[in-house]
Amino acid sequence: MLKYTIKRVGLAIVSVLIVSAITFFAMNLIPGGPFNKEKASSPAVQQELERRYNLDKPVPEQYVLYMKNVLHGDWGVSLKSGRDIWTDIQMKFAVSAKLGGSAALVAIIFGIILGSIAALTRNKLPDRMIVFLTTLGTAMPSFVLATLLLLVFCLQLKIIPVWSSSNPNYVLPIIALSIYPMAYITRLTKTSMLDALNQDYIRTAKAKGVPAVWMIFKHALRNALIPVITYVGPMVAYILTGSMVVENIFTIGGLGTSFVTSITNRDYTTIMATTLFLAILMVVANLLTDLAYKLVDPRITFE
Amino acid sequence: MQNKDYANLKRNMLSTQVDISKFKDFDFEKATDEEKKQQDVMGESTTFFKDGMKRLRKNPLAMASIIILAIIIVAILVLPSIVPYKYDQSMMANGIRDRGATNLGIMEYSKAELERIDAGEKVFPHIFGTDSLGRDYFIRVVYGTRVSLSVGIVAAIMVLIIGLVYGAIAGYFGGMVDLIMMRIVDIIYSLPDMLLIILLSVVLDDVLKPIIEGTILAKLGSNMISMFIVFALLYWVSMARLIRGQVLSIKNNEYVLAARCIGTKDSRILTKHILPNCLSVIIITTALQVPSAIFTESYLSFLGLGVSIPMTSLGSLANEARAGLQSYPHRLVIPAIIICLIVLALNLLGDGLRDAFDSKLK
Repeated sequence: MLKYTIKRVGLAIVSVLIVSAITFFAMNLIPGGPFNKEKASSPAVQQELERRYNLDKPVPEQYVLYMKNVLHGDWGVSLKSGRDIWTDIQMKFAVSAKLGGSAALVAIIFGIILGSIAALTRNKLPDRMIVFLTTLGTAMPSFVLATLLLLVFCLQLKIIPVWSSSNPNYVLPIIALSIYPMAYITRLTKTSMLDALNQDYIRTAKAKGVPAVWMIFKHALRNALIPVITYVGPMVAYILTGSMVVENIFTIGGLGTSFVTSITNRDYTTIMATTLFLAILMVVANLLTDLAYKLVDPRITFE
Repeated sequence: MQNKDYANLKRNMLSTQVDISKFKDFDFEKATDEEKKQQDVMGESTTFFKDGMKRLRKNPLAMASIIILAIIIVAILVLPSIVPYKYDQSMMANGIRDRGATNLGIMEYSKAELERIDAGEKVFPHIFGTDSLGRDYFIRVVYGTRVSLSVGIVAAIMVLIIGLVYGAIAGYFGGMVDLIMMRIVDIIYSLPDMLLIILLSVVLDDVLKPIIEGTILAKLGSNMISMFIVFALLYWVSMARLIRGQVLSIKNNEYVLAARCIGTKDSRILTKHILPNCLSVIIITTALQVPSAIFTESYLSFLGLGVSIPMTSLGSLANEARAGLQSYPHRLVIPAIIICLIVLALNLLGDGLRDAFDSKLK
């Protein structure tokens, strides 16, 4: 276990470093810098600005300098707004985490419930309906769903007000973000639940006269949930990237929006900071998922 | 009388084989006609592919998906030559842009067009209306579907080729080669792909633009090419992993050992003995790769990072429709329905292929 953990942690660190390097060198390849404006400032001002943010140095040296600062906890200031990036990220992440966290919770809870219902009523009406809806759910991109929800509930029916920071209503964005992972978890739970219900220990429990509810929760569901754990890592990645469009559609100022706008703004420090932050989140989620999976199921052997 | 053929056979002294020379002709009985008949092949022998197709044909959902996809493909191939409008052409009236032809509803005509109809001229209807620049929306949807589908298919084929070659080599040669190749895969696999895709598609787009200018590639648009490069760079890893696993389990079979014993070349063993046995996995994964590529493409286009204007894709059509969402909701609904339809049909077809071709489920 220890060897495996060390190996996975090492891999995680390597991949974060690679992401940081790719991002840094790639964004320097984009023509146009952060200080190229339509109204050109004087060459002296331009030079002074570039010197101040180390932009006049060769790119590899800039990279080393930047990484050194980040490791010391200094994420720099935004080249566009001049604000401290770390406080900015904290503020925006609070919004994104609220949205993404609730979406993940909704997806997991409803996914497991629907999946269990489908498995227990196999080939009957509830199962058929759930299968139909989940197939539909996995075929609909989140941005389509989000725009349709906005159109129907905010603009046509006017049931839910359009999102604003003074009157935030997270219901629609959460629905838009959680449908796909929910459908996926439902499918996953259904197959593993069916698998679990066919096991010998379930027959034994039935023969002993264990009450059906107890049997389902204690014996079947507990074992059926192990494969669901493996999906948590990919789900975090899906929700983080999905929130880029969903936040955009509902005009929520979260981390996703700031990632996309920073790229178009050539705001180097913000691009680096958001990419690194999101990459670390995803990599850590994957790492924890893998480790948890091995911990929960003792049958899995370590390489 | 002793049979000469048997008697002349040279035998090893220590051989435990039956000594045929000791038998006489009458020891053997001729096969009766009935026995001979048993050897006749009654039905045509079935191949792996035929067998799978037979099972696929019995799956109504998969067949419906094939029909829907066939209709869509025929439509996007044929319709551009039937509809007299172009995807990048605004409606014209008397040589200038027809200002009345913008934002038309479904099956509506502009004033200038109505005058022409009154004059006895035939005007092709705007089936889905026109967009804010007066371009026929129907033909834009057709071209958008074309772009989205071809991105999906090309990406899937690229992923297939790279993943197949890489996975087969790693799995077959094993040892140090496998270890190093799979470490690389592990690292690429753990990268957050969407972040890099967004970043790289912006970077490559700007970098490629001056390079491809003037070549045939320019027509495709730097955005499309950068999208392909990004897909090729990041999405092949899961395919490579799958193929490697398959090759690893197949290469220990007796027939591979037999082939190696008679001195068959590695390349022949791989292409003739191992890869045909992974065919089911390859078909299924490729089929499921197409919708996921279409998903990613529409996502990028929706963020405004997709194909370059005036070319369009289903994702960028949906993105453009957001501006007039309240007044012209059909412009969002139509591309949305087509994306869902394509992805749904491809997913169901992929599931059907899995049921039909996966030998483990037989």
